[in-house]
Amino acid sequence: MADTAADSATHTGGDPSRRDFIHIAAIAAAGGGALAALWPFVAQMNPSADTLALASVEFDLTKVEPGQQVTINWRGKPLFVRNRTPAEIDRAVKDDNAPLPDPQADAERHKPGKPQWLVLVGSCTHLGCVPTFGGGDYGGWFCPCHGSHYDTSGRIRKGPAPTNLVVPEYEFLSDTTVKIG
Amino acid sequence: MSGHSTYQPKTGFTRWLDTRLPILRLGHDSFIDYPTPRNLNYWYTFGAILSVMLVVQLISGIVLAMHYTPTATEAFASVEHIMRDVNYGWLIRYVHANGASMFFIAVYIHMLKSLYYGSYKAPREVLWILGCVIYLLMMATAFMGYVLPWGQMSFHGAVVITNLLGAFPIVGETITTMLWGGYAVDNPTLQRFFSLHYLFPFMIAGVVALHIWALHVTGQNNPTGVDPKSKADTLPFTPYATVKDGFGIALFMIMYAFFVFYLPNALGHADNYIPANPLVTPAHIVPEWYFLPFYAILRAVPDKLLGVIAMFASIGVLFVLPWLDRSKVRSMRYRPMAKLYFLVFVVVCVILGFCGAKLPDDQVIPGLQTISLGGSDLNSWVWLSRVATLYYFAYFVVILPVLGLIEKPLPVPDTIATPALSHPAAAPAEAVAAPEQKG
Amino acid sequence: MLRKLSLIAAALVLVAGGPALAAGGAKHPENISYSFDGPFGKFDQAQLQRGFKVYREVCAACHGINLLSFRNLGDRGGPFYDPHYPNANDNPYVKAIAAEYQIADIDSETGDAIQRPGTSADRFPSPFPNEAAARGANGGAMPPDLSVMAKARHGGPAYIASLLSGYVTPPAGLEVPPGQYYNPYMAGDVSSAWTGDHDHVPPGGFIAMPPQLAPGKVTFDDGTPSTIEQQAKDVSAFLMWAAEPKLEDRKQMGFAVMIYLILFTALLYWSYRRVWRGQSH
Repeated sequence: MADTAADSATHTGGDPSRRDFIHIAAIAAAGGGALAALWPFVAQMNPSADTLALASVEFDLTKVEPGQQVTINWRGKPLFVRNRTPAEIDRAVKDDNAPLPDPQADAERHKPGKPQWLVLVGSCTHLGCVPTFGGGDYGGWFCPCHGSHYDTSGRIRKGPAPTNLVVPEYEFLSDTTVKIG
Repeated sequence: MSGHSTYQPKTGFTRWLDTRLPILRLGHDSFIDYPTPRNLNYWYTFGAILSVMLVVQLISGIVLAMHYTPTATEAFASVEHIMRDVNYGWLIRYVHANGASMFFIAVYIHMLKSLYYGSYKAPREVLWILGCVIYLLMMATAFMGYVLPWGQMSFHGAVVITNLLGAFPIVGETITTMLWGGYAVDNPTLQRFFSLHYLFPFMIAGVVALHIWALHVTGQNNPTGVDPKSKADTLPFTPYATVKDGFGIALFMIMYAFFVFYLPNALGHADNYIPANPLVTPAHIVPEWYFLPFYAILRAVPDKLLGVIAMFASIGVLFVLPWLDRSKVRSMRYRPMAKLYFLVFVVVCVILGFCGAKLPDDQVIPGLQTISLGGSDLNSWVWLSRVATLYYFAYFVVILPVLGLIEKPLPVPDTIATPALSHPAAAPAEAVAAPEQKG
Repeated sequence: MLRKLSLIAAALVLVAGGPALAAGGAKHPENISYSFDGPFGKFDQAQLQRGFKVYREVCAACHGINLLSFRNLGDRGGPFYDPHYPNANDNPYVKAIAAEYQIADIDSETGDAIQRPGTSADRFPSPFPNEAAARGANGGAMPPDLSVMAKARHGGPAYIASLLSGYVTPPAGLEVPPGQYYNPYMAGDVSSAWTGDHDHVPPGGFIAMPPQLAPGKVTFDDGTPSTIEQQAKDVSAFLMWAAEPKLEDRKQMGFAVMIYLILFTALLYWSYRRVWRGQSH
């Protein structure tokens, strides 16, 4: 088989190692095309349309009595919808200026004019267990996994959780219906 | 081509890497500085096209597997979920389904090229056999892949082909039962086909690596069939072959894109959009187009077992081709008689493809008087299949060996670079394609 | 010369291979042109709405379409797409249509099986709870699901439209089996039921579905005259959309991709000629 060491001297015609514009253009077009072709393969990993369809859930509030809490499945996670009693609301507002690991006023955690309705993602911000209401030292939620205490506004008071229980994006479609997500 | 390497690592990192794992050296020697015959024509770009198609099928397949459910109750609906709900799912699905057809178009052209230019002859026998292995693996992969959507054709095609294997005496029933995982094609069959369909392409990739290795040991064949004798006969792979292959790939992509975007279901069968029903057989079970010639050969033989053997033998004969064709001249450019028989062979393959799509007892030329022979009308597709099958086998087993002995070839040029002799009178016709698609 | 001969031979084979009649001796579907034909085809939203109405009022009594969700009606290219509601789940038409359907569900408090109004995320419910019920209500025949029907038959939507509007009185001498109806577009072979001249067997086959469309059976809100042909064409267009909702996306992307590929190929060819300039082949 022929030896091709140091072959460039035998080339006749155009020296291919000179960076012609046309070659740069071709390589650039190939690169651009490859990236464009790659995009659908990346995008397909985003949630598909049927998953997105279940991204929002509408909930009828008339089923929840004062002092009662309903847990619904939202985006695969538990969601707390709580109808707070005036006592719970007062307790939450009173602690607005207490030393809080994640400071937040109670008013920021509910819709204006509707302090009794608290909508929270029921997933402890430590490692994701589901807290239960009524345990703990602050009258709110308590997470049994590692002992995080939340108050009646869902704010973290004591324990390893770093942040307050998450308030998801939601809106009132009417006084009795709320759309979450 | 085991000549010494010309790779010179330039940076500290590349020098460091080169002494520990000379992978950049391997890449350089195989695809940059690799001496390629300068006279390769466009038929030779299909190897690169095939590599690209393998990567396309692998990536699209792996992505589809993220969304597909391989159970009998969910498979059909999951494919529709991909088509409707998954972002760009419709695109990836059509890319994968049409990609299989494109893969076969390319492989048939690639194989026919090798038959014509004698690329299976010494010293490339192992290269050719590895290619035949790749082809077999492709057929298995494609067959199992077609079962996955669990449409009527998927299901009943699986029934027919798995039942065929039951034709073998003694082991037949065991093989079929183990393939089925039960008493018939059902959920266990689908699940194991999915697993194997995911596995086989990686085996194909491995054999492709061996195939390219074997190629680089002997060097490429070329249209004259004459080995490169000096540096004047070759050019470095990059940029010469790279850019030519790139152009070939781009042209191929135009055809591919045309099918994906404008005729996405043309190469398939409408019946496969009917969910599988074990109790209802489609009026007309047809495999995918790339299997049609073999289906025709199978049905040409009236006996079930002999038909199966004939079908497998039609691929098996390829494996021993290097020892059947004894001609000293590689390229059919210089073998006018062989060239003629080769063209007839290509036409016969196309005819076999048509026969495979038809009902065996339908008339070829409608309306003619029936002449019965051996239980079927002479003017029927089954008889045409028989004649075509006879030629198919005769080409390998009779014609090529005999031609190797008696043929008077044209004078073969001394070297590739000899301009006067490397383009005999038929040269302009090199660019005009004979029907190259098999099936 | 050789090449010419082989090309002619190939052409002859191609000609011989073409079927004179459609599969099973049925009549070829009528030549119907749709707005979504061709490389730049698009769905006609008004037609899709009419077709949906035909499906709802005529076909949905027996045929499910259960790979389709209500929200798909509001997707881009669909019958109720509204650019103000890019998320089809919020589209008020879609929500209203969904709410008209009763969906089988489980009561989250008691666990009882209940029927509740649909939401846009739900799939279209089947008219029958299972296959046995469907067959029982239809004389043993199973009305197939229509989700991909336009792709599941040779001839596609034109075939569906021809079939629906193509019922004729069976010619004298054709013995139609009980529970079946004669349709010249239906795939099949009626020779075994034909007592007439065997060189002139009527085209088509027997279908278990009786003729469904009638003039004026569905009133179109946009005032389009409700002939059988119009109903058939509109419902077949709707079924084509149901089978391939991404058709418009596909053709639009196809145009962009083909332009890019043609330009890219030209660029590569130029590059190739540049690289190989002066080199003998």
